[in-house]
Amino acid sequence: MSYDVPEQELMTPGHVACPGCGAPMAVRYALKALGENTVVIIVASCWSIIAGPFPYTAVQVPLLHTLFATGGSVASGVKAGLEACGYKDTTVLTVAGDGGTFDIGIQALSAAVERNEDFIYMCYDNEAYMNTGIQRSSATPWGAWTTTTPVKHPKEQPKKDMVAIMAAHRIPYTATATVAYPEDLIRKVKKAKDIRGSKFLHVLSPCPSGWKSEPAQSVLLSRLAVQSCLFPLYEVEHGEKYTITVWPREKVPVERYLRLQGRFAHLKPEDIRYIQENVDREWERLVAKAKASGQEIPSSGG
Amino acid sequence: MEKVIMGNHAVSYGVQLARVQVIAAYPITPQTQVVEMLSEFCADGLLDAKFIKVESEHSVMAAVVGASIAGARAFTATSSHGLALMHEVLHWASGGRLPIVMANVNRALGPGWNVWTEQTDSLAQRDTGWIQFYCETNQEVLDMVIQAYKIAETVLLPVMLVLDAFVLSHTEEPVDIPDQATVDRFLPPYQPKFCLQPGNPCSFYGLVAPEHWMELRYKMQRAMEQAVEVTQQVGAAFGQVFGRPYDVVEKYRMEDAEIVLVTSGSIVGTSREVVDELRAQGQRVGLLKMRMFRPFPFAAVREALAGVKKVAVIDRNISYGHGGIFASELKAALYGMPNPPTVFPFIIGLGGRDVTPQSIHKIVQYTQQYDKPAEEIIWMEVKR
Repeated sequence: MSYDVPEQELMTPGHVACPGCGAPMAVRYALKALGENTVVIIVASCWSIIAGPFPYTAVQVPLLHTLFATGGSVASGVKAGLEACGYKDTTVLTVAGDGGTFDIGIQALSAAVERNEDFIYMCYDNEAYMNTGIQRSSATPWGAWTTTTPVKHPKEQPKKDMVAIMAAHRIPYTATATVAYPEDLIRKVKKAKDIRGSKFLHVLSPCPSGWKSEPAQSVLLSRLAVQSCLFPLYEVEHGEKYTITVWPREKVPVERYLRLQGRFAHLKPEDIRYIQENVDREWERLVAKAKASGQEIPSSGG
Repeated sequence: MEKVIMGNHAVSYGVQLARVQVIAAYPITPQTQVVEMLSEFCADGLLDAKFIKVESEHSVMAAVVGASIAGARAFTATSSHGLALMHEVLHWASGGRLPIVMANVNRALGPGWNVWTEQTDSLAQRDTGWIQFYCETNQEVLDMVIQAYKIAETVLLPVMLVLDAFVLSHTEEPVDIPDQATVDRFLPPYQPKFCLQPGNPCSFYGLVAPEHWMELRYKMQRAMEQAVEVTQQVGAAFGQVFGRPYDVVEKYRMEDAEIVLVTSGSIVGTSREVVDELRAQGQRVGLLKMRMFRPFPFAAVREALAGVKKVAVIDRNISYGHGGIFASELKAALYGMPNPPTVFPFIIGLGGRDVTPQSIHKIVQYTQQYDKPAEEIIWMEVKR
């Protein structure tokens, strides 16, 4: 098997992410897919630190740091400004965390994609406000510990379904990705690059310090999230055509994914059963959507 | 070409003449006609600009910041709550040293709802690093848009030009609209010094440690200080080309004045009338129009008021717990002057209450009657 991962590195060594962080990996792969004719916008998040302090930069394309709630709006302005200055084919990539995407930035993001602004918005989702020290976000899954959802009162609400929200805007392209499947991530970013209009990529991004997991297991966790169907890899075109891009070889129990993370250590067997039931139901719904979109369903996938 | 137009449309024509490349805006009364006309200009091909119709003023300012850092000449207009919602991003425009121009139509902030004129909205943004100009007439509004870009692009700070709700925004006056070729010669295309440029991998607005931070802020303040002289140069050059010179302040009939009215915005026009009447009666009353509020034109104000006995500052705004904002800033500017004038701080016309020539007469009478103000704030025409 050969992998189509470009060799060009636009992300430099010396960035200041924690060991095992999924976020720099996601951006590294995205930049491999996009190439040099790219402008990166960093919404306030861990990446505000990862990119390096003034006067350094960890990426070899122009990079703009911006305010928490402005991922969609600044990108709209940058794209318009670049076009006005003659850079018609430069890709604008917004990189934001789950806080900047699911919560404080959702208004500007929703508005930007409703206008179908021509940019790629990549959310690296580590499922809590990690840069401020692990506080719950609306991307935090049910039952998880964070510093604002302590073990005695873990999060009681399900994770917000951001992909569904983005797909409901009928934008040309919405997709999920993880760093455990770089060829899938790169293919999706390349596909997004060639589409005019708004593209949304939701990347699950393990955070060893917030998930209380081993740094060396971030890729494994990303893979288990996919193989357990907790975080399926799929794409949605124009809000209606669902395609599952990676089928789990065999469906791994979600408990394997949960047990590698201290943030779920307090969960009782019935809690895990509840999570498993939810995962199973959501997966069935997704498969049904893919089927309804005309995708052939492998025998192991249904 | 002379046209009879409202203040809001004077803004729009100014933006068209300045060949703005990116506009982002969100409607708010009483500013809406500015952007309505601009969207028509864009749709009709009369202005080659991208108009981003965002969903909030926070996004407005973020979008123009994005456009400006990408190297484009960018514009927006807002008012009151819209400006307040932008507050966070105003700092990024100025801290980013971006020559954005924004028109703000002065309107009171709620609650309760009030759409009429008051300067508290723009003055509350005085510490955001934006240059601020207050306009008296629709002609000045149009002229100021063109000058604002020249000033902003010279000192690399954003400019807010301010006009009164309804009194200017919706009132039609004859305005001379200069021809495009002359404006093009006066205001050449924007050449950004630094911008997001594909192929040039620079990082903008990243984490700045204390070892660098103060120098960046020092440079901002230096640019602000420089803006006074640049405004004077641009205003004089504008006068040479278009026949209407401008300065940071305007002295009106101040020769031998014992009492000087200090005010801004459309109240200046009303005060001119009153000064003319009083001068006709032989009274030694003059007027100092504050055009520039940020940077505060210390030298011009001190020079203008040297030797004056009494100064009546007319504020259509309030800093709660302190007083009228022009008055308090003026007092600070006069501190340390030999024999400074006595400052009479008046507050009047909040929330759009009419300020009439009679109101100004009362202010002059009060100032004549007392040696010094009887109160910290002299409230005019308020039901107590």
